[in-house]
Amino acid sequence: MADHAAHTDGHAEHKLEIFRGLVKFKSNTQKIWGVLIFLSLVTIVEVALGYIKPDSLNAHFLGLKLLNWIFIILTIVKAYYITWDFMHMRDEVSGLRRAVVWTGVFLIVYLIAILLFEGEYIYQVYKNAAVSFDF
Amino acid sequence: MDTTVAPTGTEGQTWGGGSNPLKASYGKMMMWFFILSDALTFSGFLAAYGFSRFKYIEEWPIADEVFNHFPFMHGTDAPMFYVALMTFILIGSSVTMVLAVDAGHHMNKKKVSFYLLLTVIGGLIFVGSQAWEWKNFINGEYGAVKTKGGRILQFTDAEGERVALNSFVTVGERPVQALNNSEGIWYQSDDPIGATYTIDEVRKSFAANPDLRIRTQQLVVNQETGASEKLVLSREESLFKLNNQAIGVVEGANLSENEYGAPLFADFFFFITGFHGFHVFSGVVFNLIIFFNVLLGTYERRGSYEMVEKVGLYWHFVDLVWVFVFTFFYLV
Repeated sequence: MADHAAHTDGHAEHKLEIFRGLVKFKSNTQKIWGVLIFLSLVTIVEVALGYIKPDSLNAHFLGLKLLNWIFIILTIVKAYYITWDFMHMRDEVSGLRRAVVWTGVFLIVYLIAILLFEGEYIYQVYKNAAVSFDF
Repeated sequence: MDTTVAPTGTEGQTWGGGSNPLKASYGKMMMWFFILSDALTFSGFLAAYGFSRFKYIEEWPIADEVFNHFPFMHGTDAPMFYVALMTFILIGSSVTMVLAVDAGHHMNKKKVSFYLLLTVIGGLIFVGSQAWEWKNFINGEYGAVKTKGGRILQFTDAEGERVALNSFVTVGERPVQALNNSEGIWYQSDDPIGATYTIDEVRKSFAANPDLRIRTQQLVVNQETGASEKLVLSREESLFKLNNQAIGVVEGANLSENEYGAPLFADFFFFITGFHGFHVFSGVVFNLIIFFNVLLGTYERRGSYEMVEKVGLYWHFVDLVWVFVFTFFYLV
């Protein structure tokens, strides 16, 4: 075990740049706090948008409201930074990263796309049915 | 054994074994693949939630109306602030966890145990918050009436503001006094014996209050703002609907009915937040075990705090799932 850890514990080195090198931290601890501030900002923006619900974002795009698209994109941004910096995916080799991330992303996108189309279809069937379901 | 293993000629090369192409220990790699499979489980649940939501898009409750409580601020409408607070608590405990991992890399026993303790406390606060959230959801707030077709009818005043059953329904005589849990072996709490209000009482009181209207599940788009709103019926339509189609009173939410809208919403809420809460709880247990191991000096002797890192991965995953639950239950 100790031998193993000595072999693979290459964590003396952390990649300390985020936003593609735009921000570079001096230490890993500093990076953690920086990412916390970023995640908090994103959450505050989400809550503010959810509270105000600006009318201008009610327009639909690809079956969802713009506001909902913003929420989903911001969620994925948060998920990225949690995985990359808190879970240190940034420091792993690309093989491990791809084995985990690509597999998950592919299966999840596939499943969600199929189920949402099917749900929308069934809604239309009920809505346009000869028999009313609202009684 | 020696006789069954033939030399392959790859000894010392890439496929000859003994190398670590992913540069991660066995335990850490398996934690990653466990997280991957657990992520697929959660996505299965959330995708099923999305399916049902698209199928019952009209009956789906509006999250702002369901989760609008804040501790010590009874009666004020505070949509989402409490869950936002819970999100900050969980992200905060993620930060203390990653600080513990970092301290582990520096073999700093004191700091590792301190940050692990903070993480455990954060996790416990989160689970407690979830219990409080469940309590509010189960108790309900306004009460509603259900129709033969399983739709929910809610009450509003003439301006469209929600009105609670207890603010207008007069409770009449009860011919039979219901026993409750402590007084009988078998008891029935359903309508009409144990219910707070009967449907007839609701009908009578509704007829006596000309200000009241009924809000259906049907979504209509507000032409001015573009926002989707629930349709409020006229007084005549309300009376017709209540007297001809309503069959029972619904208060709060459980697995079979839900005063906020589609019963499936309650089912998914209990199941997904429950499954997530169970993950948080087991994460707290793992963290506690690791915490005591750190105090006992187990990892100090082992020469590596990698176990903190592995449990940390699990803990961050719980946070990661919450980010998605937060979005799909409360924001979207």
